[in-house]
Amino acid sequence: MTAVADNVEVEARIIARTARRLRHAGSLGVSGWIALGAFAAVVLIAAIGPLLVTTDPNAVSLSEAFQGPSAVHPLGTDASGRDLLARLVFGGRTALIGPFLVVLCSTILGTALALTAVWFGGWFDQMVVRVIDAIFAFPGLLLAILATALFGAGLPAAIAALSIAYLPYIARIVRSAALRERNLPYVAALRVQGVHGAWISLRHILPNIAGLIVANATLAFGFALMDLAGLSFIGLGVQPPTADWGAMVGTGMGGILQGHPAEALYASALIVITVAAVNVIGDRLNERSEVRA
Amino acid sequence: MSETTVVAAQAVARKRGSGRQTVRFVLGRIGGLLATLFVASLVVFGALYAAPGNPLSFLTQGRSMTPEAIAVLEAQYHLDDPVWLQYLRWLGGALTGDFGTSIIYNQPVSQVLAARAPASALLIMMAAIIVLLAGLAVGAYAGLKPGLLSRSMMAGATAVMAVPTFVAAVVLILVFAVQLGWFPVFGAGTPGLDAVHHTTLPAIALALASVAFVGRLSQAAIRQELSADHVQTAISRGLPRRFIVQRHVIRNAAMPVLTVAGLTIAGLIAASVVIEQVFQLGGLGQLLVSSVQQKDFPVVQAICLVYVAAFIVLNTVIDLAYALLDPRIGLGRRTS
Repeated sequence: MTAVADNVEVEARIIARTARRLRHAGSLGVSGWIALGAFAAVVLIAAIGPLLVTTDPNAVSLSEAFQGPSAVHPLGTDASGRDLLARLVFGGRTALIGPFLVVLCSTILGTALALTAVWFGGWFDQMVVRVIDAIFAFPGLLLAILATALFGAGLPAAIAALSIAYLPYIARIVRSAALRERNLPYVAALRVQGVHGAWISLRHILPNIAGLIVANATLAFGFALMDLAGLSFIGLGVQPPTADWGAMVGTGMGGILQGHPAEALYASALIVITVAAVNVIGDRLNERSEVRA
Repeated sequence: MSETTVVAAQAVARKRGSGRQTVRFVLGRIGGLLATLFVASLVVFGALYAAPGNPLSFLTQGRSMTPEAIAVLEAQYHLDDPVWLQYLRWLGGALTGDFGTSIIYNQPVSQVLAARAPASALLIMMAAIIVLLAGLAVGAYAGLKPGLLSRSMMAGATAVMAVPTFVAAVVLILVFAVQLGWFPVFGAGTPGLDAVHHTTLPAIALALASVAFVGRLSQAAIRQELSADHVQTAISRGLPRRFIVQRHVIRNAAMPVLTVAGLTIAGLIAASVVIEQVFQLGGLGQLLVSSVQQKDFPVVQAICLVYVAAFIVLNTVIDLAYALLDPRIGLGRRTS
């Protein structure tokens, strides 16, 4: 009798502790909120900034090269006398949209591939695993460079190549998580009721692993941003005169050697802040989905 | 021997498997390596056919070439043969070091590559040494001596991991090359100590984010080992800390950390392309970028193949070494 009561009490305590842990895990924590604020600020600048800044980011004025901050040019000008503030704000759009598209494509494709593989299992699953491993063996940056060699330098080829290169990263994580879910009793219960496999995968398994997918997509965003900025930096990504943070670090190299590091440093700072913020958010989300799993 | 030790020994023997199982495991991995290399070569070769237009017009890119030059190109790629035969000939050539002729340099691609390879090899090796030394030192210090300094080192590592290699390069150039003048900005220098001097900044820029990553990783591994039951027992028995750290903590933490560090170093191969471009080191990476811009496709194909092959082989070797050297890893099943 007392043993049963003890058991109930212990169980109640465990449940209470788990609930506390979940509540605690539900929050991003101080660093997570700071990172979220920084990322939101960067996105806002890129989204709304171009509407507020009236200066043309591509207006060349060679007589105004390498100017310091002034009323006309709040952050000064670059080697061609173009307004740095306008270029940073417009450059944010190209710098953020690229990785966003990469993450969107690779996450949707990777998740669909992994869920189908897990559902059908058997030789199909094995084949998907082999394909994923094969793609994983190709470094993303090299695949992107190969793609620009084929289709010409520019964002479209690079985005398409990176979407494929990042696919295995998401697919592997989704596959192992979905495999775990598939063996849980609720999936068996749904199958017994005759629910269609596609419906179970989309309506039941997918929502249960959504947190994990979002966390890893967030981390992938940071890597994609660095890869695309690197491509633009070496001149194979965004083409001049279009403003882009990575390309601005590249053109800013000349300024550094002439004692005007502003362009390269501003663009570098924005890249680092964005990637750091996204990494912290991704890490927090990951911890959260791990605790809940 | 008590019954439990016998059972435990049997379990270990089962897990490790016999010598035959080890051989089967190694052969399986090598088979996987060959399969992956085969797929990679298909991708690099097939790229020619994925390109817009027909292969010949893609290779010539509207350059005005003499009929002889076009004939050479056609012969080199055997464009009149069926595709599978073209692939086999191309692969056979690549395996014997014959990558065809560069369209821009008008020399055998292998010669062009051989002249540039040393600069790339030096850069990647120096970066690898920096990653191992600095990363493990940072991680070991932060793991073994918790405190404010260690915490700020780990916070700094988190920040450094968000710095792309080319941003690190730009900042290093600004501080150490332009302002302090300790290192040259561009060029590979003459072979020998001068080359090392020229490659120091590039290697640091390439290694920086990986140093932070390996540092965080080894710190976490050491903290985990320190809190393990057998280490706690050893501490409570009053064994000297130095002995515990050397005998139990470092030995257990080393293998997984070294493995991930090795894989991180393999990842530097692709990243080195960007760094070579920043510092104009004149290695394979810089040649790859200029060949893409000048549309010298045979060279692009060769460098992509060499880099992907190096990446895959290095990954497999590290994976194999880890599985064979760490007795805690079972060889029977795949570890991925």
